[in-house]
Amino acid sequence: MTPAPSAIEATGLHVSRSRTKILRGLDFTVGAGRITGLLGPSGSGKTTLMRAIVGVQRITRGTVNVLGRPAGSAPLRHDVGYVTQGASVYGDLSVEANVRYFGAMHGATAADAAEAIAAVGLQEFARQKAADLSGGQFSRVSLACALVAHPQLLILDEPTVGLDPVLRAELWERFGAMAAGGTTLLVSSHVMEEASHCSSLLLLRDGLLLAQLTPAELAERGGSDDLERAFLTIIKAAEQAIKGAHRGQEESQVTP
Amino acid sequence: MNLRMTLATTTRVLGQLRHDRRSVALILVVPALLLTAVYFLFENETLPPGFPRTFDRVGLMMLAIFPFVVMFLVTSITMLRERTSGTLERLLTTPIHKADLLFGYALAFSIMAALQSLVATAVAYWIFDLDIKGSPGFVVMIAVINAVLGVALGLLCSAFARTEFQAVQFMPVVVVPQILLCGLFVARDDMNEALGAISGALPLTFSVDALQEIAGNAEATSAMWQDALIMGGIVVGVLVLASLTLRRQTR
Repeated sequence: MTPAPSAIEATGLHVSRSRTKILRGLDFTVGAGRITGLLGPSGSGKTTLMRAIVGVQRITRGTVNVLGRPAGSAPLRHDVGYVTQGASVYGDLSVEANVRYFGAMHGATAADAAEAIAAVGLQEFARQKAADLSGGQFSRVSLACALVAHPQLLILDEPTVGLDPVLRAELWERFGAMAAGGTTLLVSSHVMEEASHCSSLLLLRDGLLLAQLTPAELAERGGSDDLERAFLTIIKAAEQAIKGAHRGQEESQVTP
Repeated sequence: MNLRMTLATTTRVLGQLRHDRRSVALILVVPALLLTAVYFLFENETLPPGFPRTFDRVGLMMLAIFPFVVMFLVTSITMLRERTSGTLERLLTTPIHKADLLFGYALAFSIMAALQSLVATAVAYWIFDLDIKGSPGFVVMIAVINAVLGVALGLLCSAFARTEFQAVQFMPVVVVPQILLCGLFVARDDMNEALGAISGALPLTFSVDALQEIAGNAEATSAMWQDALIMGGIVVGVLVLASLTLRRQTR
């Protein structure tokens, strides 16, 4: 298999927010035209990493290049779509008005907006106020607002939270089709079973990259086909390694 | 600046207002009702012959103050919501320019302000026979400039508020001193030196001055145009300051 050209390249990425170190030196690449999963427990730095890639989070040290340019540079604003964890849409506007407004920033037509709304299955609700929709529908409005721009790189922060299994499956199908069409997707999740939909996984823990591997490799390294169990095994192994290192240090301090 | 994005923003802000019929009604009707109250407040005053009614002075100034206050409140809350809901951050990841966003807002609320002051001015002029020498068209113009000033200050102040409760607290800080010192309660010439100097630096003072020029002269005076120009300059300055509070990156 030839390595895909990379859409994101991070080297020595550090991010601190008000003196708390959130990302502590990440090096990785994300292949273009595929789905990369960003997995890790909550508080591991997933959202901060995504924000750094989109360019809304200031980087303390290191670099992130996106589509060959430094993250956040102006020409990228057409090509990178970002769907935040809490849906960032106008609750007091209709679904259609929301999608059209964000579309207008990219020169999208009314047909583009209709297509994006259909892609998230909200055609019937196009004229309803976003705030009147259910939680799952509301978050899909946010997704449609990103799809309307036809971005080359789509960053999705926990897009399937609060969705029923049928919808979740549909969305992953949608993401797969987009990747097949050449879009790069970076999707965060803390639900390990979703990892199987990704072609590559970034495992994050306490601001450090535990591993970058494929779902098959995760199952192998974790010694379980249950990806959740496999992930826990890898985390435990990493923790023991850290503890071991600490103990080693303490012992070496005691015995000079 | 991109006209398409500016107009899309204007349409969006007006769309949000359209869904909120109660707010639209309050914006359009309340100033006219308050003006009515002011009229009846001074209904029984006894005046020496040839002396102008208090309503002609106070009512006229209120025509400029209403849009300022209302638009300040509406804008600071709307913009604060935009900041806290994440839509602002999301917008700033798109190609939209900060100026498109700010001017889009300013344009949307100016349209509302123009409608508001048309209603209020029409009521003052036709129902209560507001007696001014100049054209009521200029009164509406000054009212709209005032509204844009309110919008600009609202956009700026929303950056310093974390909650809607805090945003409303900026009204006594930003708006009330201007109303106290603009010449509505005490003529500027009668103020002590310190207050007079502060008054001379506050934007609302210029609009009250401009309105007095309109009231006293049949033709537009150069003093009125000068006041309007200074107001315009202040509005642009405040909008520039507001744009500095819109950051694409957080630390």
